[in-house]
Amino acid sequence: MAFGLWVLKSMKQIRIHGRGGQGVVTAAELIAIAAFKQGKIAQAFPSFGVERTGAPIESYARIDEKEIRTREQVYEPDVLIIQDATLLNVIDITKGAGKNTIVIVNSSKAKIELNLSLPKKNIFVIDATKIALEKLGKNIVNTTILGAFARATGLVSLSALKKAVKEKFKEKGKNVIEKNIATIEESYNSN
Amino acid sequence: MKTNKQILEGSRAIALTINNIKPAVISAYPITPQTHIVEDLAKFKADGIGDYEYVRAESEFAAASIVEGASATGVRVYTATCSQGLLLMTEVLFNIAGMRLPIVVTCANRGVSAPITIWNDQQDVMTIRDAGWIIMFAENHQEAVDQHIMAYKIGEKLSLPVMVNIDGYILTHSYEPVIIPTRAQIKKYLPDYKPAKGKYLDPANPVTFGAFARPQYYMEIREDLHNDLRDSLDLINEEYEKYNKLMKSGSTASLAVGPLNDGLIEYYGPKKAKTILVSMGSVVGTMKEVVDKVKGVGVLKIRTYRPFPEEAILNILKKAKNVAVLDKSISLGHTGPLASDIKAAAQGKLNANIQSFIVGLGGRDITQEMIKKIIGEVGKSDEGVRFVGE
Repeated sequence: MAFGLWVLKSMKQIRIHGRGGQGVVTAAELIAIAAFKQGKIAQAFPSFGVERTGAPIESYARIDEKEIRTREQVYEPDVLIIQDATLLNVIDITKGAGKNTIVIVNSSKAKIELNLSLPKKNIFVIDATKIALEKLGKNIVNTTILGAFARATGLVSLSALKKAVKEKFKEKGKNVIEKNIATIEESYNSN
Repeated sequence: MKTNKQILEGSRAIALTINNIKPAVISAYPITPQTHIVEDLAKFKADGIGDYEYVRAESEFAAASIVEGASATGVRVYTATCSQGLLLMTEVLFNIAGMRLPIVVTCANRGVSAPITIWNDQQDVMTIRDAGWIIMFAENHQEAVDQHIMAYKIGEKLSLPVMVNIDGYILTHSYEPVIIPTRAQIKKYLPDYKPAKGKYLDPANPVTFGAFARPQYYMEIREDLHNDLRDSLDLINEEYEKYNKLMKSGSTASLAVGPLNDGLIEYYGPKKAKTILVSMGSVVGTMKEVVDKVKGVGVLKIRTYRPFPEEAILNILKKAKNVAVLDKSISLGHTGPLASDIKAAAQGKLNANIQSFIVGLGGRDITQEMIKKIIGEVGKSDEGVRFVGE
């Protein structure tokens, strides 16, 4: 996977898709916390459905150099994170994505097998489920996939992401923090 | 004064602020629809960092009654609610205002049933619009934090309750940078609450609260409440200026305190706007974004909805040709409540065409496109209230 070299010239909008119970909301929060730790202005918020395990859920993050005022959901994402590839056949997941949108998908399949109608050079596939099962011992991929997000976009650094995990999971204890950092590192460094 | 900026969930930001305000009693009912605010406050108490009595009530009616009773004993209190919970509190909330108790309540605005909704709009608070409370709306986390601190000061000075409204989910569940004033900073602005003798329940000085009033007294007591609410307009502005001077932390720090930005309203846009959009709460942020892209359009934010700041509003709207009022609630069978208020205030004083637009009911996302559509439509026809959902 190439290193992302995005320079933040204008606001970047991130949309995350997943299912209830996969930590979709937490993922957006972690992105915002990490960006804030790097001196950026950031916003994160969920689009709640009726909170139910397995139901499709979206969350959003925005990163900018200046105050973020808009509250609308993200309709034209600069980055699309897909935590659960089974959603590809369920909802119009790439809606609003353009030729420059970076897509990060959790899947064990190859890029071409996913049949995404977006430029292949912008699609990054990571088997986050495999990494999460190995490092965390459970199929919650929200932190894992953020390693690939940091690597592919450069919008947040690996160290800022680690700081965000430490802050967000403070009450969950050292063990949880260490495991999540290990999974992020593995995903960041994988090809 | 400088404080550190943090990135926090809106509910957490408010909970930390309330903890620093040091109420003596907090009571809440933990069920959907509730927020992380009272959950966090319960946790602070359990962790030993909150020194208040935390009473878990058996219903929202009870939670309101508990803070009502506690406040009557002369201490600072807090609760949060929204939606069906606020509806259940309604009877008590009218009593609180009538008894002149300076209680602060956060309403995390959400829609009401039926059909069942858990999502954001501002219909809930409209139920108590006429109850005698000071009603404020926050655009973002910082404004919410600041308004809670000012709410206690204003409420305790005037013996009036204050409700701070923050959009459910959009503000309560979002993360953004915010500064939480420290206990020391807050104490400088907001002294400990010490009600005067005879103004609280005290066995040494027996008084009655909420007594029976026969027809020869009731009307004057209600008139007093009304007059005190009207008079609070000036104090709200004074306190806004004092607070901003002391904290210099407001999201509006770039805006000078003055006729375009005070405790009652904020105007954003060109000096001579042909069209002005008016609204309350978090949608104003999205509107500001649109106004930057469309020429000749301004946004008027209502920070204080009750008492209603007619004078400040008319001062901004006087030169506009078209006024679009965006309500996230509706007086069913009539029009948007804010639109209705502005039309009444404008009677004989404005020539502008004032139109009511209903947006964002039951969690419908309000997009920049919708706001542009409203700008294009306002003034073209006057067919009464318009629902804009896409």
